[in-house]
Amino acid sequence: MPRIVQSKSTRITLTVVVAIVIIVLVLFLGSQKNLQPRHYIQLTIDGVRGGSIYALMALGFVAVYSVTGIINFAQGEFVMLGAMICLTVYDLGLPLPPVIKLIVAIIAGVFLTTLIGMIIERATIYPARRSPVVTLIIITIGVTITLRAGALLVWGADPYVLPAFTTLALEDHIFRFGGITLQAQSLWIWATLVVVLVLLYFFLERTIMGKALRACAINRRAAQLMGINPSRMSLLSFVMAATLGAIGGIVLGPVTRPIYDMGLMLGLRGFVAAIMGGLVSAPGAVMGGIILGVVENIAAGVTNPTYKSVVSFIILIVILLFRPQGIIGGGERGVEE
Amino acid sequence: MKNLRQHLNVIGVVVLTVVIVALGAVEVFRPLGIRFSDLTGRIVTMDTMIRIGILTIVLVGLNLLMGYAGQISLGQAGFYALGAYASGILSTLAVRYKILIGIADSWWWPWLSIIAGMVVTGVFAYLVGKPILRLKGNYLAMATLGLGVIIYILGGQFPEITGGYDGLTGVPRLSIGSSFTLWPMERYYFLVWGVAIVVIIVALNIVNSRIGRALRAIHTSEVAANTSGVDTDSYKVQALVVSAMFASLAGSLYAHFQSAVSPNPFSFRASVELVVMAAVGGLSSIWGAPFGVGIIFVIRDLIRSRLEDIFHVRGGEYELIIYGLILVVIMIFMPEGLTTGLTKALRRTGRRTVQQLSRAGAATSDSSRTSAS
Repeated sequence: MPRIVQSKSTRITLTVVVAIVIIVLVLFLGSQKNLQPRHYIQLTIDGVRGGSIYALMALGFVAVYSVTGIINFAQGEFVMLGAMICLTVYDLGLPLPPVIKLIVAIIAGVFLTTLIGMIIERATIYPARRSPVVTLIIITIGVTITLRAGALLVWGADPYVLPAFTTLALEDHIFRFGGITLQAQSLWIWATLVVVLVLLYFFLERTIMGKALRACAINRRAAQLMGINPSRMSLLSFVMAATLGAIGGIVLGPVTRPIYDMGLMLGLRGFVAAIMGGLVSAPGAVMGGIILGVVENIAAGVTNPTYKSVVSFIILIVILLFRPQGIIGGGERGVEE
Repeated sequence: MKNLRQHLNVIGVVVLTVVIVALGAVEVFRPLGIRFSDLTGRIVTMDTMIRIGILTIVLVGLNLLMGYAGQISLGQAGFYALGAYASGILSTLAVRYKILIGIADSWWWPWLSIIAGMVVTGVFAYLVGKPILRLKGNYLAMATLGLGVIIYILGGQFPEITGGYDGLTGVPRLSIGSSFTLWPMERYYFLVWGVAIVVIIVALNIVNSRIGRALRAIHTSEVAANTSGVDTDSYKVQALVVSAMFASLAGSLYAHFQSAVSPNPFSFRASVELVVMAAVGGLSSIWGAPFGVGIIFVIRDLIRSRLEDIFHVRGGEYELIIYGLILVVIMIFMPEGLTTGLTKALRRTGRRTVQQLSRAGAATSDSSRTSAS
C-alpha cells in the first residue's frame, strides 16, 4: 500500500483529527448512557489496573521476542499457572499464619511457574531453534494446548478464589472518595508493577547477565562473537517471561476469579500491548499495556462489555497495518523479518 | 519429470475416489450386515468421515496459502464462519420473515446461498488481503488472528440476524430437485467428498500452473520473485481469496450438515486446530490436507475411545494434552509434516533400491528433480 500521507505535519494533523473524532464519539456514546465525569475516572482507574497486568505480560513477550524472535503463545498460560499454583498452595492447609502462608504460596507460584517455563524452553524451543518462524509459532501453540489441558485436568473447569492481599479474605478493602471506588488490590498491582520495573531496570542495566541479554536482543550473531551463549540467553528470556507472567497472575488473582482458560485472552491482550511498543521496546510495552487497558475499558464502558476484546483486536490490526514498528518507543527492528 | 508428477497426482485422485466410493458403498449396501463404522472398530463413523471431508476443503485452501504462498493465516476459521453464516442466514431468515416467497423456499435457494457466501467471502478476503498481506511472518499471523477473533465475536452479536451465541437453527437440508434430499448421512457423505475431490483437483491444477510456480517463488524469496517479474502482491491476494472461498464453501456445507450455525465452532481454537492439521499433514503438498485432517481425527477418536478402556478416566482432558504433545513432537522432528516427511523417507529407500539395480545415474537425477518442485 503506498504511503498516503507524505509530510510529517499533515500526518500529525490527521492523527489529531482522528483523535478528536474518537473522543467526540466516546463522549456522545457516554452521554447516551448518562455517564458523569466520575464514571470516566472510575473506568480509567479500572483500566489502568487491567492495563498493568497487560504491561507485565507484554514485558514477557518483549523478553522472548527480542532475544529469540519467537512470539510465545504460552505467555498467557504462565499467568494462569502462577495464579493457580499460588491459590492451590494457599489452600493446602499448611499450619502457618495466613500472612506467611500467602507469602509461601506466592513464592511457590512464581518459582514453580518459572521452572515450568525453563522446562518448556529446554524441551521444545531448544531442539527446534533452527526451524522457521511458522514452525516455532506452532510449537508454542502446542505447548499452550498442553498446558491448558493439563490445568483443566488438575484444577477442573470451575473458577477459584485467591484472597485479597490486604484483608486475606474474599472481600477486599475498598477506598471511597467522591463516588469513586478503589480496591486495595489495585494498589498492590501498581506497587508490584513499579517494583518489577525497577528490578528489571537494575538487572538489564547493572548486571553482566542483563547486559548480555540486551546484547543478544540487539544482534544475536554479534553477541555470539563476543562470547555470549545465545542458547543460555534464550533460556533466560523464557525464565523472565514465566516469572513476569506468574507475578501478573498472582496479583491479578484476587480481582478476577482464576480459571484454567484465563490465559488465552489475557495473552492476546498482552501481545497487543507489546505490539504497541513495537515488540522490542520494554518501556513501550509498559505504556502500551496501560493505554490498552484504559482504552479498552472506556470503550467497553460507553458501549457494551462484549466489545472489549473487539476493541483490542481492532487496535491490533490498525497498528499492524499503519505502524508495525509500534506507536510508542522506537522499535524499528523486526518488521522486515 | 513433469509427467511423472502429474501421473502421480492423477493416480492419487483416482485412489482417493475409489476409497471414498468403496467406504460409502459399505454404508449404503451393508454387505453381510456390516456398517461402515464396524470396519474401524466403531472409532471412525460416517459422521466423522463427513467432518473430515469438510475440513479437507478448508485445509486444501490453507495449504495453498501457507504451504505454497508461504503466508500464515491464524484466522482461517473466520472465513469458514463467514460461509456458514452466509448459508445459515440466507436460507433461514428469508423464510422466517416471509420475504421472497416462492424463491427462498425453493430447492435451489440454499445452493444459491452457498455461492453467494463464497462470493461475499472472496470479496471480503480481497479487500482485507491487500493491506494485511503486506505484513510478514509473526505480524501476519497476529493480524489474521485478530481478524478471525473479530469475526467470531461479531457472530455472537446481533441476535436478530445471527441468532447470537445460541446461533441459528433449522438450516434446511440440501436437495436436488424438490424430491431428492441429500440426507440421510450417506448421501451427504457423497456430496461432501465429491466437493472435496473437485476442490483437490482444482488446487492441484493451480499448483501445477504458472500461478503455482509464482506462489512457490514467493515462498522461497519474495524479493527474488519480485525481481524476476512476478507480481507478488497480486498473487498473494489471489491465494488468500481462493483459500477464503474454499473455507466459505466448507462452512456452508458444515451449516447444512449440522442444520444449525453457532459461533462456537469458529473460535480462535478452531483456527489453531486448522493450522495444526495443516502442519501435521504437511504444508508443502495439497495431499497433506486430507491426511492431516484424517490423522488428527483418528488420533483424537482413538484417544477418546481407548483412554477410557486403559486408564479408566474420561478422555476429554487427556485427549487435549496428548494432542498438544503430538503437535510439539511432530513440529520438532518432522517440521515439514507427515506427508512430506514420509515421502522423503520412502524416496530414500526407493533410491537405495534403484542404486542397487545399478541404474543410479539417471534415476536419482529424475527423482531429485521431482522432489525439488
